[in-house]
Amino acid sequence: MDFLSKNLPYLLAGISVGGQYALIAIGYTMVYGILRLINFAHGDIFTVAGLILIYATTILPLYISIPLTLVATVALGYIVERAAYKPLRNAPRMSVMISAIGVSYLLQNLALYITGGLAQTYPAIPFISNTISVGPATTKVVTVITPILTIILVIALMQLIGHTKIGMAMRAVANDFETSRLMGIKVDTVISMTFIIGSFLAAVGSILYFANYPSVIPTSGAMPGLKAFVAAVFGGIGSIPGAVIGAFIIGISENIIKGLGWTTFSDAFTFALLIIVLLVKPTGLFGEKATDKV
Amino acid sequence: MKKTRTSDIVISVCLYLVLLGFILFLDRTLPATDIALTVLKKGCIYSLVAVSMNLLNGFTGLFSLGQAGFMMIGGYTYAILTIPVEARDSVYQYFNGGIVRFSVPFWVGLIAAGIVAAIFAWLIGLPVLRLKSDYLAIATLGFAEIMRAFFQWDSLGVLTNGSNMLRKYPAFRSTVFPFVTASLCIGIIVLIINSSYGRAFRAIRDDEIAAEAMGINLAKHKRMSFCISSFFAGVGGALLAMYQTSIQAAPFKSAMTYEILLIVVIGGLGSVTGSCIGSFLFIACSEWWLRFLDAETTIGTFRVPLLRSGFRKVVFSVIIMLIVLFAQKGIMGNKEFSVSGIRDWLTKKKQKKEAGA
Repeated sequence: MDFLSKNLPYLLAGISVGGQYALIAIGYTMVYGILRLINFAHGDIFTVAGLILIYATTILPLYISIPLTLVATVALGYIVERAAYKPLRNAPRMSVMISAIGVSYLLQNLALYITGGLAQTYPAIPFISNTISVGPATTKVVTVITPILTIILVIALMQLIGHTKIGMAMRAVANDFETSRLMGIKVDTVISMTFIIGSFLAAVGSILYFANYPSVIPTSGAMPGLKAFVAAVFGGIGSIPGAVIGAFIIGISENIIKGLGWTTFSDAFTFALLIIVLLVKPTGLFGEKATDKV
Repeated sequence: MKKTRTSDIVISVCLYLVLLGFILFLDRTLPATDIALTVLKKGCIYSLVAVSMNLLNGFTGLFSLGQAGFMMIGGYTYAILTIPVEARDSVYQYFNGGIVRFSVPFWVGLIAAGIVAAIFAWLIGLPVLRLKSDYLAIATLGFAEIMRAFFQWDSLGVLTNGSNMLRKYPAFRSTVFPFVTASLCIGIIVLIINSSYGRAFRAIRDDEIAAEAMGINLAKHKRMSFCISSFFAGVGGALLAMYQTSIQAAPFKSAMTYEILLIVVIGGLGSVTGSCIGSFLFIACSEWWLRFLDAETTIGTFRVPLLRSGFRKVVFSVIIMLIVLFAQKGIMGNKEFSVSGIRDWLTKKKQKKEAGA
């Protein structure tokens, strides 16, 4: 019991952070599945979502500003895809990746300009910022809500991908870009839809993630972004359940490492895990077997 | 391959000497804190790092994002080895003066910085270079982050001073030193690129399978390119440490690698002179020419909107995005800026004119 009461807070925090990583990781894995692109800007979209909520709450009540944040983030994701990735559809993959890095740089600098480089205080969201006690540990409501909400959203997403027309189109495009275009699928619409879903989930993740932190700075999203990417690779890039499981594993292990007093290495651990996975099983836990085309 | 004429080499050397003389002149006449000198110093350092990254990304086709990590290793190696013995107690005040009880002259420190970075690259390369394209990018990015965590670890504090900064090591004051060092290193890289190894690197970039079929040992050449690139990134990191006069692990984030990558792209992947031009433009724009965007300005009674701290970087990143999207080849493409190149260009123009007439 003593062991449990000591470690429960870390475990809870881990599950919660894992859920937030999962929401970001889905955006990475879906985009990679379709475009074979590491969307380096995804972490920054996540930060911008946090900032939008901060600015929205200064003039609007919460019940308007939260939906507004979701809509604005989705719009941002859509614009980024149209402006920075679509013109490079036929360019080499490296160019698109460089473009993604450029967008990330732009969004960070834009955030820096608008915030003036100062940390912006994140508003306390009633209910989810309240504290509750789980067994011997006290924590915020958000910690408990996150995993539940994550799982609900993931199930909804799986239904969307498995049973709707647009979901079928997504799977087709991920499988074979050219053929699905020949079959009359509007590839550009499907890709935009992917970015819209990814940004929506990132916005939800951002609200849950930043509710745990007092403030947002322009580079707040970089680390969770990279970690979510690692989660996506760990679970097998292109696979949504894989990304979610990977994110939970990373979130929990990271917090257990913090609990053991090795905080310096909690970030390093994630990347070490990435390198081990890439070497031992490059396709990740649930990844499809890639055939090397010569 | 076309042979370069002797006269072209002589002209190039002369041009270089003129440039050196000009920098010497500026260095003597301008005050030490002048912005032009800052740009020149930083531009030289970034040129070296950008060229080293170009060797890897542009010439060998290995998309690595670990450059900042190797710069950090180089900078730290230099600082740890060259802090004078009598200054160590004050620098390592929390770690009883550290465990290194000697110091070496600065040039030994510079070379050691490169060698240590190359050794790390060799070790990291063993597992990582088996990966391809974006996986390699993420793995090298990850290694750079792991390195940063290690260098800030308190248990290694006797060596790295934990998360405190290292300082009081020998630094340079004149602009000539980074210029000469960087151009020497870039010269060596150019020689490597033009050697048979360099041709092997380019063969790997263009088609791995064909290169292997022609008898190029892929693993060996990739490792070699990775180590050479890291060696010079390490030297560049040491120069940066000298320039800053103090070094800390915190700024060597992935953002730094991204900046260097963007410089390489602006200059043109696969062009050494392009990387140099890109570096100077990048540094000059971010430190000097776009500075006015950061200051609030009023023309008469009209207050120019948007201008305040940070706007420079926004404009700057928009320009970069435009280059990335609409001028994918960068300034130089994969061509080089050279005397013979200019002459060929001029004669071709003349011929075209004659043909037209």
